[in-house]
Amino acid sequence: MYTFSKRLKTFSFALMIVGLVGIAWGFLNAPSTVEEAKEIVAHNESHDAHASEATHTVDASHDTHDASHDEHIFHQLQNRPWSALYVAIFFFMMLSLGVLAFYAIQQVAQAGWSIVLFRVMEGITAYLPIGAVILFVFLVLSSLHMNHVFAWMNPELLDPASPKFDHLLADKASYLNVPFFLIRAVIYIVGWVLYQRYARKQTLALDQAIEGNLTHYKKMMGASAAFLVFFLVSESMMSWDWLMSIDHHWFSTLYGWYVFSGMFVSGITTIAMVTIYLKSRGYLEYVNDSHLHDLAKFMFGFSIFWTYLWFSQFMLIWYANIPEEVTYYVQRFEEIKGPFYAMVVMNFVFPILVLMNSDYKRLPWFIIIAGVIVLVGHYIDVYILITPGSVGAQWKFISPEVIGSALFFLGLFIFVVFNALTKAPLKVKGNPFMKESEQFHY
Amino acid sequence: MSSKVIQAMYNDDDILMSAVKETRAAHHHIEEVYSPFPVHGLDKAMGLAPTKIAITSFMYGLVGLAFSIWLTSYTMNGDWAQNIGGKPSFSWGVNMPAFVPVMFEMTVFFAAHLMVITFYMRSRLWPFKKAENPDPRTTDDMFVMEVALEGDEKEMTSFFEKTGAVEIKITEKH
Repeated sequence: MYTFSKRLKTFSFALMIVGLVGIAWGFLNAPSTVEEAKEIVAHNESHDAHASEATHTVDASHDTHDASHDEHIFHQLQNRPWSALYVAIFFFMMLSLGVLAFYAIQQVAQAGWSIVLFRVMEGITAYLPIGAVILFVFLVLSSLHMNHVFAWMNPELLDPASPKFDHLLADKASYLNVPFFLIRAVIYIVGWVLYQRYARKQTLALDQAIEGNLTHYKKMMGASAAFLVFFLVSESMMSWDWLMSIDHHWFSTLYGWYVFSGMFVSGITTIAMVTIYLKSRGYLEYVNDSHLHDLAKFMFGFSIFWTYLWFSQFMLIWYANIPEEVTYYVQRFEEIKGPFYAMVVMNFVFPILVLMNSDYKRLPWFIIIAGVIVLVGHYIDVYILITPGSVGAQWKFISPEVIGSALFFLGLFIFVVFNALTKAPLKVKGNPFMKESEQFHY
Repeated sequence: MSSKVIQAMYNDDDILMSAVKETRAAHHHIEEVYSPFPVHGLDKAMGLAPTKIAITSFMYGLVGLAFSIWLTSYTMNGDWAQNIGGKPSFSWGVNMPAFVPVMFEMTVFFAAHLMVITFYMRSRLWPFKKAENPDPRTTDDMFVMEVALEGDEKEMTSFFEKTGAVEIKITEKH
């Protein structure tokens, strides 16, 4: 049995407290009037003017602003803390969802090697109910107009009498409307959490079962297969609803897969990192370097798979050069250049160079370094999926609210995951392929 | 120079693996093992040095990448600049996304083919080469371990019989 060490518990609480301070700073510093927003922008611009040798003054750039533009910036600035919060909520929910999918695949494939890691995966997926419910609360707050992260929720856009009427959005309204949006969210979340609960119940029952009794094992396999069918559809729709609708005029058919690949590689990285942590504390003595090697191979392979999808989506849009499609990338290349390039380097160049060598995939500290880069890279990826649509040019990655949100949910994630790990023995029992997993060697 | 070798034949790869380990433990020098298919872990059991072919493959990949960069920039931007799909050939850097599939394929092509050719050269395989395996059955269902004969013939024969060999032959090494 694993005991949650006091140091780690304190660490997770410290992360949450520091995170809360950052989040609170973000909300307190968000402008509450258009005048305040103008002041913040003017302040930033004068900073830029000082920093660069450009001679243009603040007043000159101000003359071009009109009132609607000011209001737009005001909303973007108001969105900033909400958007930062949403990135963190989504990212950590996505980690446990990716692990849940990986877990279900291992069950359906009757994989032999990964059985010794099942409890680690179950620990990580224990965060899913909490993470998904927090995400749902966020979606409800958005639909109550507490924030404007989802711009399409504004009823004025659908009102033909309003000057803001958006006929493109009106055409989509039968799908993209608040009640249906929330109903879909409930369906996805209930489906995932039901499987997570059921799988946990079955493995615990399998632990207690008499040897050779495979009823629970078979039930688990059936449930996992059904879940995977549900997951592949719901994940794709979830990514349209929760991420793609933020840029509600833009669409990409590859989007669901793209989000899935990022989710999957981050999830596997989390499994590897939690496993290495537990091993360094003297648990999981039956996990050998061949298990780590396989996890690192997955990290390597899915990093490349993510890049493949990222590039496939980009290249088709770049080549076709259709205005309504390219705006998505023009905005990212122009407004959010730094993180955009940094993310591609972190999620592709680093993993491919660091994890290519077979021997390095067996070194725990190497996997940890690669894992940190991959996780930060995918955090930035989620940030870039969300922020340009909700905050636009007013983004600021290195700011208390972004880092605070990340730290708060990291702390919560660590607390929930390691707390769940204490609830059951770290080694499952009753799986007919257990011996194969224990003796696994490459 | 004539040296005698003992050829022990096995009909199962698991028995072969344990025989290899026993032979090594008894300090006999294994010259070669002939097998109809790759046996997982045999190279480690025989104590062979790890292969460097992965490193050559990586370098061939870099060569392929460099070649594809030169090829695309020379053909598409340099020698006969082309405007395809409304993308004028400003410079290689601006047109680069269109060339990524070429770069990827060339990298894979060079890495894979040159690695296979290196492997053939390294293991001295070429067309019309006479087969080296001592017994044609090693291409079917038999494994042969070839060990340098040192000391007493009878003693060694009985040692290999004990490891599970189904047939033992002593021949001149050519």
